[in-house]
Amino acid sequence: MSEQVTALPEATPQSVPEAPSAARRRRRLAEKVRAVALGVGFPLVLILLWDRAVAITGTRLVPSPREVAVMMYDFSFGGVYDDAFSATILTHIWKSMTRVYGGFFLAALIGIPLGLMIGRIRLLRQLLDPTINLLRPIPVTAWLPLSMIFFGLGPNAAIFLVFLGAFYPILLNTIFGVRSVDVRLFEAAAMLGCSGSAMFRQIVFPASLPSIFNGLRIAQGFAWILIVVGEMTGVPTGLGSVIMDGRTLSRTDLVVTGMIIIGVCGFVTDRIIVVISNRVLQWSPQHHA
Amino acid sequence: MRSAERPHVVIRGVSKRFQVGDGEVEALARIDATIERGAFVCLIGASGCGKSTLLRVVAGFEEPTAGEVLVEGKPVTAPGSDRGMVFQDYALFPWMTVRQNIGFGPRQRQLPRKEVEDIADEFVKLVGLERAANRYPSQLSGGMKQRVAIARVLANNANILLMDEPFGALDALTREQLQRELLQIWARTRVTIVFVTHSVEEAALLADRVLVMSAGPGRIESDIRIDLPRPRDVSSPEFNAVRRELAQRLTSHMAPARASEAVV
Repeated sequence: MSEQVTALPEATPQSVPEAPSAARRRRRLAEKVRAVALGVGFPLVLILLWDRAVAITGTRLVPSPREVAVMMYDFSFGGVYDDAFSATILTHIWKSMTRVYGGFFLAALIGIPLGLMIGRIRLLRQLLDPTINLLRPIPVTAWLPLSMIFFGLGPNAAIFLVFLGAFYPILLNTIFGVRSVDVRLFEAAAMLGCSGSAMFRQIVFPASLPSIFNGLRIAQGFAWILIVVGEMTGVPTGLGSVIMDGRTLSRTDLVVTGMIIIGVCGFVTDRIIVVISNRVLQWSPQHHA
Repeated sequence: MRSAERPHVVIRGVSKRFQVGDGEVEALARIDATIERGAFVCLIGASGCGKSTLLRVVAGFEEPTAGEVLVEGKPVTAPGSDRGMVFQDYALFPWMTVRQNIGFGPRQRQLPRKEVEDIADEFVKLVGLERAANRYPSQLSGGMKQRVAIARVLANNANILLMDEPFGALDALTREQLQRELLQIWARTRVTIVFVTHSVEEAALLADRVLVMSAGPGRIESDIRIDLPRPRDVSSPEFNAVRRELAQRLTSHMAPARASEAVV
C-alpha cells in the first residue's frame, strides 16, 4: 500500500509550494518596491498639492506643510517655540495610547466571548439582538454627557467612549464569523466527541477568527477616531486634548500635527494587527492582507 | 461475546419528514434494514431519494420523525465517536494541520499528549500522508483531504464509517486510487462501512451488499448481495452482469418515482 501511496500524483513535490528561485525572489522584491513607492508616493503628492494650495491662496488660516513640520519638530524635540507643547509628544501619545488600548482591549475582552455566545446560542440571540441593534446607531458622542456623569471628568470617561465605539464592530463581526462557519464543522466536531465549552474553545473560536480580526481592525480605527471625543472630557493630556487646545488657541499647525500623529498611531496599530492576523491565520490563504 | 452475532446497525421503521415552506416533504418512509458487522453496504439511488438523509439519521445528525436506529443494540440519540461520518466536502478543520485534524478525536478523549501524537502519526501513515502531515487543508488536493477525513474518524476508534458520496468531487484517477485504498483499509480494520453513492460502477466495485433506494418518499426497493471475489476485475463479464443488474434496478425504480415526484 505504501508503495502505491507514495506514487500518487498529489504526493509529488511539484504540488508542494517549493522554495522560491532567485529569479522569482527578485521579481517579488521588485513588486514590493513598487508597492511601497506607490503607497508612499501618493501622500507625498497630496502634501505637494496642499503646499501649492496654501501658497496660491495665501491663506493664513491653514498652515503650510512647512509650518506643520516645524511644529512637529518642536512638539517632538522642543527648541523652536519652547512653550507648553514643546517636547511633550511622548507624554501625549502615551496617555492617548493607554486610553485607546484600554478601551479597545476592554471591547475585545467583552465583545469576542459575547459574540461567540450570541452567534452560537439562539436563546441569547433572541434575547440580545434587538437591544444591540437599538443601541448601536446611537452616536458615541451622544454618550458624552452621560459618560461624564458616570465616570467623572478624566480618563475613565474617555476609555468608556473608546470602548463603546470599538465594541460594536468587534461584537458584530464575531457574531457574523460564528454564523458563517460551515455547520459541517460543528457536526464533524460533535461526532469526534467535542461538545460544550470545548466546542467554543476548539471550533467556534478558531473558525470565527478571520471575521474577528476584521472586527478588530475596524474597531481599532474607531478607537483612534474616538480618542478626540474621549479627551474632550476634560483631561489635560493626550493627542485629543492637544487638538482641542490647538482649536481654542487658533493654532492650526498644532491641530494638524495632532491629526497626523493620530493617523500614524492608527496606521501602526493596524499594521500590528495585520501582522498578528497573518500569523494566526496562516491556514487561511484568503486572509492575508 | 454475544455482540458478534448481533447486527451492527438496525434501522427500524425510520421515517423522516422535513418542513419546506408551508408544506412537508417526506424524505424517508418507514425504512427497515439491518447491517451486519464488518459489512460494506452501498446506498444507491437518484438524487433526492433520501440516501444522505438516512445516513445522517444513522450518524445522529438528524432525528427521525418516527422509528429508531440501533447501533450495537442501543438507540442512536446524538452523534457519537463510534460512527464516523466522511463528508463529500471533507469538513476538515481548516486551522488545523493534517496531523492535528487526525489527532482531534483522541485529543477530545483527554489522552496524554504523547499518546495523541502516536495515534495521529499512526493514522497519518495509514493513509500515506507522512509528507503532508504538517500542511493545512487548504494546501491539500481533494484526494488528500478525503484521506485525512477517513483517517480522522478511524483514529477516533469509529467502527462504523458513514460515507456520504465521499469521492463524488474527485477526478476519476484519484477516485479509483481512493476506492482501492478504502478497500485495503476496510480489509485491514474490518470496520462496518455504509457508503452513499449515485454511481452504479462504484457500488458494484466496493459493496458486498447494495441497497437501492427510490425517491418520493425514500424507500429501499432492492437489497442485492454481491458475492464477486476481491479484488474485483471491472472488465470481467461477472462484474458487468452485476453492474447491469444494479443499473436496471435503479432505473426501474426511478421511472415511477419521477412521475409522482413533487418536490426535492
